Amino acid sequence: MPSKALAGKARSPLAPPASFLWTRRIILAFLTAFALLPVYVMVSSSLKPLEDVTGKFQWIPSEITIRPYFDIWDTVPLAHYFVNSLIVAGAATVLSVTIAVFSAYAVSRYRFRGKRVFTVTVLSTQMFPGILFLLPLFLIFVKIGNSTGVALYGSRGGLILTYLTFSLPFSIWMLIGYFDSIPRDLDEAAMVDGCGPFGALFRVVVPAAIPGIVAVSVYAFMTAWGEVLFASVMTNDETRTLAVGLQGYATQNDVYWNQIMAASLVVSVPVVAGFLLLQRYLVAGLTAGAVK
Amino acid sequence: MTSTVTPPVRKTGSGADRGDGGARRRRLPRIPDRIRHGGLPYLLLLPAVLLELLVHIVPMVIGIVMSFRELTQFYINNWDKAPWRAFDNYKIVVDFDAPLGEALLHSFYVTCLFTVITVGLSWLFGMAAAIMLQENFRGRGLLRAVFLTPYALPVYAAVITWAFMFQRDNGIINHVLHDQLGLTDEPSFWLIGDNSFIALVVVAVWKSWPFAFLMLMAGLQNIPRELYEAASIDGAGVWQQIRKITLPSLRPVNQVLVLVLFLWTFNDFNTPYVLFGDSAPEAANLISIHIYQSSFVTWNFGTGSAMSVLLLLFLLLVTAVYLVATSRGRKGSGAV
Repeated sequence: MPSKALAGKARSPLAPPASFLWTRRIILAFLTAFALLPVYVMVSSSLKPLEDVTGKFQWIPSEITIRPYFDIWDTVPLAHYFVNSLIVAGAATVLSVTIAVFSAYAVSRYRFRGKRVFTVTVLSTQMFPGILFLLPLFLIFVKIGNSTGVALYGSRGGLILTYLTFSLPFSIWMLIGYFDSIPRDLDEAAMVDGCGPFGALFRVVVPAAIPGIVAVSVYAFMTAWGEVLFASVMTNDETRTLAVGLQGYATQNDVYWNQIMAASLVVSVPVVAGFLLLQRYLVAGLTAGAVK
Repeated sequence: MTSTVTPPVRKTGSGADRGDGGARRRRLPRIPDRIRHGGLPYLLLLPAVLLELLVHIVPMVIGIVMSFRELTQFYINNWDKAPWRAFDNYKIVVDFDAPLGEALLHSFYVTCLFTVITVGLSWLFGMAAAIMLQENFRGRGLLRAVFLTPYALPVYAAVITWAFMFQRDNGIINHVLHDQLGLTDEPSFWLIGDNSFIALVVVAVWKSWPFAFLMLMAGLQNIPRELYEAASIDGAGVWQQIRKITLPSLRPVNQVLVLVLFLWTFNDFNTPYVLFGDSAPEAANLISIHIYQSSFVTWNFGTGSAMSVLLLLFLLLVTAVYLVATSRGRKGSGAV
């Protein structure tokens, strides 16, 4: 099943009828408005003074100010949360993708006993709800903390470990599909030429699978960057990630909506930019890994 | 947008088809069996297996054990000392006449309704977008980026924006519906009461339809253009082509997509949690929030675990039935 390039020059031999063109315009306009409405609200509200966002909504701001972008760093320790998120999401991504490369290579290239058990286990854990793992992991962390003094609960290391519950199975699953799409002859030839299995993996398979590895990494990072459930239970003041930290803009007296919107925009820009730049890899990876 | 070169996807079952034809075999000497079948694959799998044990298997076993114990806040620090209660937790959570069981049944019902509507609408929007962008026209690349933006935005940033939009007095939704269009007599509450279900569905669909779009767009790439050309020569119009070629060709993609969307939506925690906080209104009290509440708000891990196990069994059952039902008539591709 050849997966053609995303932006392949697909052209129908007959021009579509006018009824189709109008339907297309209407549907595309609706979906664009739906997709972008929150983005508009986020951007415009982040440029308003506090009085404006606590009063009636205005499509056009009566006054534009960039103050919220300076205030967000003082109201809550946003930079600190930013660094925490970066460390946790980055480490979870690197760890899960690295380990997934090895196991996906084994599954894709070798025949061995227990292979089916392994793949089925990985596949099925991927669909389980996070809440299922949250309770026991919380209890395990508390227990380890009490009996050994190693504070996993509330630590970045503990959070990274819990993030593997979703990023590892996903990475393994996607990479198996991607490695399967790389002709075996390539690495078998390398092995005949004197490469060991690891040489074949790192010199042939990994370079050929770069788009897939990028796709998986982007996905793993995005998921970890946006994760709320584990972050809200497994962190303390010191290790809060952005997901929990944003709640700090709502105090007992005021909700600083303009600052919340500014901070949301600031934490979104890196991932949205990265995603849009790398989206073609993601589509390619999804095609190879999932749409079989 | 320039095109990306993707290596052709070869259909491999679960690795059973090692033989790539005799011709190649003869050209290349075989890899020694010692490498092929020795301990190497196990070595490669070791890190993954250890981590799987650590983050999945052991927690799951502990979770199941915990569901048989009376695990209240007094035993959190010493949960191995929590009294054994056999099936009491299960009896409590499925006693639908008692408040706790009734609440669980209600949130199960809400979750099912929420899932069906959200998956249905997400699929519909994603499908419409994918078909409309199948043809090449000016602005297509831009629209694709626009449609994928909700998917790329971090959940909490996006959902908190929706929470702002749904505010009663200063939100954009009431501003449009009440002030500008005059559709409601009074500004409505969206984040409490019955309306909260609508708000939740809107946000969840907004969040997940781009994924359907992404998958279906990828699936459409694999339909040979010749099919459309042949159909249009035979006189089939655009709509007929969609019905007769596009939809049937997308069946395998749809089967995976619907299952994935179902599981994600059913298990969704992030959306309701950011939208409503840790006590969702009754009309939008999804099961994951319900379990979270009973575990971390009222500190009863025993019943929380019991509910988690029941949820797991339900998902396994649905998935198994779905896979059997959809793979009938399809040979060999057991991959989810």
